[in-house]
Amino acid sequence: MKPTNIKDPEYFHKVVDCQYACPAHTPVPEYIRLIAAERYTEAYMVNWESNVFPGVLGRTCDRPCEPACRRGRVEEKPVAICRLKRVAADNKGPVRQLMPQGPFPSNGKKIALIGGGPASLTVARDLAPLGYELHLYDDHKKGGGMMRSQIPAFRLPESVLDEEVDFILDLGIHRHFNTYVSSMKDILSQDYDAVFVGTGAPKGGDLRKIPGREEGDANIHIGIEWLANVAFEHTDKIGKKVVVLGGGNTAMDCCRTAKRLGGEEVTVVVRSPFKDMKASPWEIEDAQREGIPIRNCMPPKQFVVENGKLKGVLFEKVEAVYDENGKRSLVSTGEPDEFIEADEVLMAIGQENAFPWIERDLGIEFGKWDIPVVDRLTFQSTNPRVFFGGDAAFGPENVITAVAHGHQAAVSIDLFCQGQDLRERPAPTVNLFHQKMGIHEWMYDSQVVEDLRYAVPHAANEVALKDRKLEVELGFSQDTGFKEAQRCLNCDIQTIFTDRLCIECDACVDICPTSCITFTLNGEEEEVRARLNAPAEELSQDLYVSDTLPTSRVMIKDENVCLHCGLCAERCPTAAWDMKKYLYQVTKTCQVWDIMAPVQL
Amino acid sequence: MTYLRPKFRHPESPKNNLGYTRQYYEGALSTLCAGCGHDSISGAIIQACFEIDLEPHRLAKLSGIGCSSKTPTYFLGNSHGFNSVHGRMPSVATGANLANRDLIYLGVSGDGDSASIGMGQFVHAIRRNLNIVYIVMNNGCYGLTKGQDSATADVGSVNKSGAANQFSTIDLVGLALELGATFVGRSFSGDKAQLVPMIKAAMAHRGFAFIDVLSPCVTFNNNPGSTKSYDYVRAHLEATAAVDYVPFKSEITASYPEGTGKTIRLHDDSEIRLRKLASGWDPTDRGLAFARLQESRSNNEILTGLIYLDPNRKDLHEMLDTVGQPLNTLTEQDLCPGQSALEAINAENR
Ligand SMILES: Cc1cc2nc3c(=O)[nH]c(=O)nc-3n(C[C@H](O)[C@H](O)[C@H](O)COP(=O)(O)OP(=O)(O)OC[C@H]3O[C@@H](n4cnc5c(N)ncnc54)[C@H](O)[C@@H]3O)c2cc1C
Ligand SMILES: Cc1ncc(C[n+]2csc(CCOP(=O)(O)OP(=O)(O)O)c2C)c(N)n1
Ligand code: SF4
Ligand code: SF4
Ligand code: SF4
Ligand SMILES: [Mg+2]
Repeated sequence: MKPTNIKDPEYFHKVVDCQYACPAHTPVPEYIRLIAAERYTEAYMVNWESNVFPGVLGRTCDRPCEPACRRGRVEEKPVAICRLKRVAADNKGPVRQLMPQGPFPSNGKKIALIGGGPASLTVARDLAPLGYELHLYDDHKKGGGMMRSQIPAFRLPESVLDEEVDFILDLGIHRHFNTYVSSMKDILSQDYDAVFVGTGAPKGGDLRKIPGREEGDANIHIGIEWLANVAFEHTDKIGKKVVVLGGGNTAMDCCRTAKRLGGEEVTVVVRSPFKDMKASPWEIEDAQREGIPIRNCMPPKQFVVENGKLKGVLFEKVEAVYDENGKRSLVSTGEPDEFIEADEVLMAIGQENAFPWIERDLGIEFGKWDIPVVDRLTFQSTNPRVFFGGDAAFGPENVITAVAHGHQAAVSIDLFCQGQDLRERPAPTVNLFHQKMGIHEWMYDSQVVEDLRYAVPHAANEVALKDRKLEVELGFSQDTGFKEAQRCLNCDIQTIFTDRLCIECDACVDICPTSCITFTLNGEEEEVRARLNAPAEELSQDLYVSDTLPTSRVMIKDENVCLHCGLCAERCPTAAWDMKKYLYQVTKTCQVWDIMAPVQL
Repeated sequence: MTYLRPKFRHPESPKNNLGYTRQYYEGALSTLCAGCGHDSISGAIIQACFEIDLEPHRLAKLSGIGCSSKTPTYFLGNSHGFNSVHGRMPSVATGANLANRDLIYLGVSGDGDSASIGMGQFVHAIRRNLNIVYIVMNNGCYGLTKGQDSATADVGSVNKSGAANQFSTIDLVGLALELGATFVGRSFSGDKAQLVPMIKAAMAHRGFAFIDVLSPCVTFNNNPGSTKSYDYVRAHLEATAAVDYVPFKSEITASYPEGTGKTIRLHDDSEIRLRKLASGWDPTDRGLAFARLQESRSNNEILTGLIYLDPNRKDLHEMLDTVGQPLNTLTEQDLCPGQSALEAINAENR
């Protein structure tokens, strides 16, 4: 194996599992340490710089960081990264004065942002301080997109969303709310230097082919449309018996909302097996905690309508059968069909992109499923002036992905307006900070606590189910937040090896609790992995390989389960190992907040 | 501030036949200097005990005084232990061994502890072929008292203050060989591949198993000019053969081409196998061992590996013809069998 190039900014970035997995690459351990130090304001700002909506995301993020978290590889559960973010948001002090302060001197460029969701808002935040004139269009009365229209208030209080949307709008964004853009041609004919499309994936799936669909239409609703009607208070009740079709997060929000609007017998019915449900495990848990049964392996066969009134839904019974390639098909079990009574049905069976307002002769190419052809790096469409991001770009994802797209689209738009090459993007910012203070003393808390993950308290069902707007999750207290923060292994405090200092005394090998370090002869990676001190079977985790040492061996460290405890560096007689904090900041148009500030405070 | 070892271990840590991971054989976190060779030897002892499926309660650690003698605190935290006075470990070990022959005895000492103040005790334990594994962590100095030259410092070796040793050196391997030790080996703290199997073999051997382990003192004797520094030792190592320990019942896997290997069967039917054996070398030939040792000295080499082995000599218990049952478990009934037993003995002698 070749010696590892630790100068490559991505090498250590990958070691910070959570940050690497976060689409916006939020410096997670940095903000977690700030929470432990009760510096909630700075912790909030570290988040705000990266993910723009810490209060929203601290409640609703899909949290791809958590399955990636190293802690989950050394004990049962990952750090509650997402809920810690909320601790920062809940306890922050005044933050407005830490954000960029307008008015910003104009740079003479004008940008249209179509759609007011997290993608467009991120582009707005990143470009405003550079002097762009930004025009935001949305068909709703307020900004936020699906964060407002879809995510129910019992998961995300409106005040939290309003605050974070306003932080951005108040940077001097021109608002065009209650304005549906019906023609891209019209927009392109105006004097915008570039156009960003962040209109989401607004079309909910329907079951047009199922008999009874037309006849029962008055009581059969498309889930996302129904949720939007609830959010904007056009709908405030539902029948007593409700069937929700679908197994994703939208189905979970539909059933829980129905339960709060008068649904007494709410049942979720999924066509596939339970284990294949798309909803996040915690959302399923939350629905079940509210007493909502989830039935599986039952595709709908007929909407039963009698005398023009919906009576219920007839379901077939199936099982999943897998062929030799593991491909699933749902096959009838032969059992009799099951009828479930329903006054109303909510269909939560998927979401699609739809661009009826974009004319097809503008040089904007569309591919399969009406999805535009968009460059994955630059977010530029085939019309160089038009950029896409968020759900509109590659289909429905989540808020944090929309934010990540927004950052990169902003970089592209800025390069485009300056007449530069979109592919020559500025490098990420990286910094290494010394941590050593004494023989056994580091600037970070290197001790590894053994606490298991703390659970977030919930409001009791009796009160929660009575009020659609009452937030169910109560968030961690400051004390629990501290304890949970201590579970973080500080994966950004990197172990750095200097081969010319090593005397091959083995002290680091002997001390390492998780047997990460081996001194051995070099070889091919596959074969080397098999003969390290502990099995290195997690191929997604790199091996850190040194140059050849005097005994003709190399040092090989398996990054997989390193606890970042610093013991190797404490036991090394020559400081061949050192612990240094690695701060990685993904490429953005501008740094909106100086992340280094809390370090120097 | 850490200096506390986290409880987490590698989730796929291998388990031995008893179902224990290596962690079960660890001790307290070491307080020795970072980089001390002694810590590596502790690591090798842990590894060896893990690999031979040792039940920790079956082993007793005994030591004297010195950094080396402190190490039993840092391994086998679930075993018995006795930290004796400086140089007096061999007599304590002899007493313990006589009282309970069922335990495995692991004596840990230093070059000061064994070659200076404890020399008298050391040599007599060897003469008696006490059944013990006796490891000297040899750093050529008194580490604990800040690095004075010890009796194993080589002539001309320069210590940290710059002075070269003028006194003749004691080679503990030569001494053990001379006094009739039945298992004599030498290794280096920085070579676990050699040391771990050697400790396993020594534990299986019945009789005095002596291992001299060169163990650099990073703080007081790792300077240029020292012959016990990491660099010097590495540059002058010369191995007799690679040692493999094969416990009884293990499948026989390899047979060696003529002249490249040798298998020695121990009293419990486990085996020691020697690979890459130097040509003409036979570790059961005491005369050869003396000659080879002498030759390596004149070549300025540090001879390592299994240097001599006699698996058949009687140990102390056999020589004394003690009962098979540990003395500490004999009851008054066993010791005073009564009038009729006495009469039977007397009748025999009439
Ligand atoms: C029920 C439900 C629950 C969800 N829960 C979560 C969650 O808990 N966590 C999470 O991370 N993600 C969740 N999501 C997904 C998340 O909301 C979206 O992925 C995210 O909001 C996409 O952001 P965006 O900026 O791409 O567009 P959107 O948020 O979809 O915003 C697009 C906006 O553009 C407007 N618009 C569309 N066309 C036009 C037009 N022609 N003119 C003017 N305005 C237009 C739309 O009305 C909308 O307001 C959920 C989605 C649904 C459906
Ligand atoms: C009776 C007695 N005399 C002297 C001492 C002081 N003393 C403590 S350790 C030591 C030498 C230890 O040297 P060594 O056995 O080589 O151990 P190391 O520290 O080098 O591992 C001496 C002389 C003592 N503790 N007790
Ligand atoms: S332990 Fe902390 S730093 Fe490491 S992956 Fe988990 S949250 Fe991130
Ligand atoms: S920091 Fe060093 S000692 Fe601690 S787990 Fe990582 S490699 Fe091992
Ligand atoms: S502790 Fe330091 S000097 Fe010793 S082997 Fe490890 S890196 Fe090398
Ligand atoms: Mg010594």
